[in-house]
Order: sequence, then C-alpha cells, then structure tokens
Amino acid sequence: MHPALSIIVFTTLSGMGYGLATLLGLGLFEPAALATKIGYLLALALIAGGLVSSTLHLGNPQRAWRALSQWKTSWLSREGVMAILTFLPLTVCAYASIFHDRHLVLAGVLAAGLSLVTVYCTAMIYGSLRTVQLWSQPLTPVTYLLFSLSSGATVGTLLAVTGASRPWLLAVLAVLSTVAAWMVKRRWRADGKALPPLTTPETATGLGFIGRVRLFERPHINDNYLTREMGFQVARKHADKLFGIAILLGGFVPVVLLVVAALAANAMGPGLTAFLAAFLAVLAHYAGVFVERWLFFAEARHAVMNYYGR
Amino acid sequence: MTSLPAVPTPKKLGLVIDLDVCVGCHACVISCKEWNTGGYGAALSDQDPYGPDVSGTFLNRIHSFEVLPVGAEKIGEAGDARIVHFPKSCLHCEDAPCVTVCPTGASYKRGEDGIVLVDEDMCIGCGLCAWACPYGAREMDLAAGVMKKCTLCVDRIYNETIDEIDRVPSCVRTCPANARHYGDLADPQSDVSKMVAARGGIDLMPEQGTKPVNKYLPPRPRTALADSAVPLAETSAGASGFFAWLDGVLERI
Repeated sequence: MHPALSIIVFTTLSGMGYGLATLLGLGLFEPAALATKIGYLLALALIAGGLVSSTLHLGNPQRAWRALSQWKTSWLSREGVMAILTFLPLTVCAYASIFHDRHLVLAGVLAAGLSLVTVYCTAMIYGSLRTVQLWSQPLTPVTYLLFSLSSGATVGTLLAVTGASRPWLLAVLAVLSTVAAWMVKRRWRADGKALPPLTTPETATGLGFIGRVRLFERPHINDNYLTREMGFQVARKHADKLFGIAILLGGFVPVVLLVVAALAANAMGPGLTAFLAAFLAVLAHYAGVFVERWLFFAEARHAVMNYYGR
Repeated sequence: MTSLPAVPTPKKLGLVIDLDVCVGCHACVISCKEWNTGGYGAALSDQDPYGPDVSGTFLNRIHSFEVLPVGAEKIGEAGDARIVHFPKSCLHCEDAPCVTVCPTGASYKRGEDGIVLVDEDMCIGCGLCAWACPYGAREMDLAAGVMKKCTLCVDRIYNETIDEIDRVPSCVRTCPANARHYGDLADPQSDVSKMVAARGGIDLMPEQGTKPVNKYLPPRPRTALADSAVPLAETSAGASGFFAWLDGVLERI
C-alpha cells in the first residue's frame, strides 16, 4: 500500500495527541502547573493538526463534513464522529486547567475514554479491511492504542520534568507502554508474515483448476491508480532493516533517555538535563513511530495485486 | 446510504464473462471508456495523455494470464500452458465491502436491481472504497477527485430513447467475440443464469466473502497440442517405386 505522508502524519500526530489527552484526562498532572496547561494546548493542537492533515489526501476536501454521516457502517465515519466528540470534554478540561487551575474528574474521564475509542476507530479503518491481510489481524488496534499511549506518555514525561507531575510516574508509564508497544508490534509483524495468503492469483482468476496462474500481460503498459495506490514496492527489500531502525529509534533510545530524565529530575529537580533527555526521548520516539507507520503501509500487500503479478 | 439492502435484491443485474471466448482485443475497454467518459458523472480523465507517462481512469481492464498445468516447473512439462484473457470490471457484489466503508453515503447498492453506484456529488475522494474492493474495480479520477466505477451502464440499460438492442452495457454491446453477456442473475430462467448453470460459472475470490453477482465461465478443456499438430520429424515411410529406390540410394551415400 502507498504510504501517503498525510496519513502517516495524521495517524502518528493524532495518536500522540490522544495518548496525551488520555493521561491528562486521567488527572495524572497538576492542573495549576504551567506545563500542564501547555500540555492541554499541545494535545488539542496535535489532534486538530492531525485531522487537518488527514483531509489533505481527499479529492474533494470541501465536502469532508459529509464523512460524519455514515457511522452505522463505516469506521472512517465513526472515527470522525468520535474525534469531534472527544474535543468537547477535552476542551472543557483544558479550560478548567488553564483558567481555573482545576481538574474536572468527569470531563477528564470522558476525554480519556473517548480518546482511546477514537484511536481504536482509526485502527479499525485498517483492521476491518479484509483485502489487506496484514492489517486485518486482531492485534492491529492493539498496536495503534499502545503506540498512542506510549507517545503520549513520552510527551507526558517531558511535561512532568518541567513541573507538571511526578517525573518517575510518567517515565515508568512511558517506558512500560513503549516496551509493550514494540513487543506487540513485533508479534504482529511476525504473525502477519507467517499467514498463508488468503487470496492468490489462482483464486483471483478462478483458473487454479488448470494450474498455476501467472500474469502474462498487464492491462496497460504504464502504472494506473490501482498500481500506484496499492502496488507500492519501493524499499520493501529494506523493510527488515527499517524495522530494526524503528525499534532502535522508537524503543531503545527513548527508554534510555526516559530513565535518564527521571533520574536527573529525581536527583536535581526540574532542570536542563532532565528536560533535554525527555525532549530527545520525544523526538526519537516520534521518529521510530513514524518509520513504523511508514512500514505499516509499505509492507502491506493488497489482494488486487494478485491481478498485477506483484 | 451505506447500509447494504436488508433483503436480497429482487433483481441481480450483472455480467457473465466467458473466459473461453474472450480473445483479449480490448474493444470493451475502449467502448466502456468512450461511453462512460460522456455519460454518468464526471468524465474519465487521462493524465499526461500524449506524454511518456500516460495513464487514466478505466472502469474495465483486460489482463492476460498464463496458466501452467499442475506439476510443471516450465512450459510444456506437464501438458500445455494456456493464455487466458481476463476482462475485469465491477462485480456488483451482494455483500459489497466498498459500500459499507464509505463515510459519506456516496457509495450505495440499489435495492431494486443490485447495481453498485457512486453519487459523485457526495464523494469526498478518500479512496477507502478502492482499498476495500479486492478486485480493483474502483479507480479515483485524478482530475475530478471522485471515485469512478462501472455503473453497469445504468444510463443505457433503462434508456428508452435508444434502440432496444442497445439497452445493454456498452462492453456487452461492443464485444466482437460475444464473450460478455448481461442479464438478471436472480432469475434462474434468464439466459445468463442458464449459461452459468450449464458451464459451471465461478465467483472470483470467494474467500473474500463479497458474493459477487458477476460470474466467469471457465475455459473449456482443450485438445492437447500434440494431438492436433502435424509431426515435424522427417520420414519416408510411405515412399514407393522410384521414390523408394531414391530414398534407399540417398540413405546409402
């Protein structure tokens, strides 16, 4: 599948925003702290920025509002509805923290729950597609939720070391969710590669009763929408190396930096060392998740490619 | 809207494509593009039409496949390989995954005849329906930014302003080999249903659970090439008289 930059940016940034919103909503931060107020603004900006980015790949973005109508059947529609619903309690929480130094428990729990539901809907857009066997695994939504929580908790640690909360609490959460995310992701990838193909050129053409089917001539010499959108092959051969780089950048590096940040903050209180370590952890984590999301698309094979010999 | 019809549609209009007859001439591809670029909805645009990277929107494409008999590693080892030309357009599935994923309600399956259509004024061009379709039946038009697909020539089949003989999909009307047939597959007495029953018509990708309406008639068994071809090895077994003597002389030289 073609890894569209707009979709990668959307799913990673909004995932980070929803993860952060979940932790904010659960009341893990001191509502009066400046860093917490910045955290609320950051979560809202990440979610809104992701949503705007997701409309960039539309053919007719001016009609995007129509996408809220078919929540009965469409996960994409459900995602849009849940994203907007999440804004309500989250904005109320942000208002209470920024202007009244208070944390609202009910609105917070609602914002946290709706954030997770939204991420689940995003994942199910992909997870519900039978045509892409790699994605239709039951673990797909689990990986999305864990990456959302771990990137949110990593940003949360950055806020915590600047006085918003107890640094070790957020660092422990971030380390645990990061480790869990990559363990599940590795399992997901290995499982997906081990699956026997659901659809083959033989079932796609119904000619399997004669023998082995191979593409002889494609419909046109040049690429078309289908081969560009669903026949992406560039750099697939480097997929294993890229996945290793993703684990290193998004797993090992941030875990070490998060521990450093928590220790530094514990030993010296909020300071430059802790801030820098947590800041670099956020950057490394995002870079790793970005590569992971790129591979999520680039490695996925679509059933239609059985007609195109790819 | 994007819920599928609750009850089976009373009619199941669709195509039956005879893989034994298709010669791969691409006439249906051209006639489809010609009719549909001026018919229902936005035109079927081409990008870089006179340049080296020409590509465009098509609702019907022909692939050609080579089929090697089971047990063969290379051609000719376990019987003859076959070339099968393979026309492919929307199969108007009963359980159409492209319809239910649509977030806007632009994609729908008609309750009366089962045709799957796109209301282009509501389509946002997200492309999710093309991802949900295992057959590659949907293509985004890059100029209009909306999803295009086979309409079963809905603007021909019910069109009383054209001759009755023309009230079939453009591809069916055009096919010079008569490999494409149109009709109601819900009616067991229709010509297409009888054809499917007689020839063992098949579903493409049954494992995807889409329950396609269109059926494909598999290629019939073929006489082995060795049984029908003239032997190429030289022999003088039938020679008599002068030619038999000449054969003997030449043999001894």
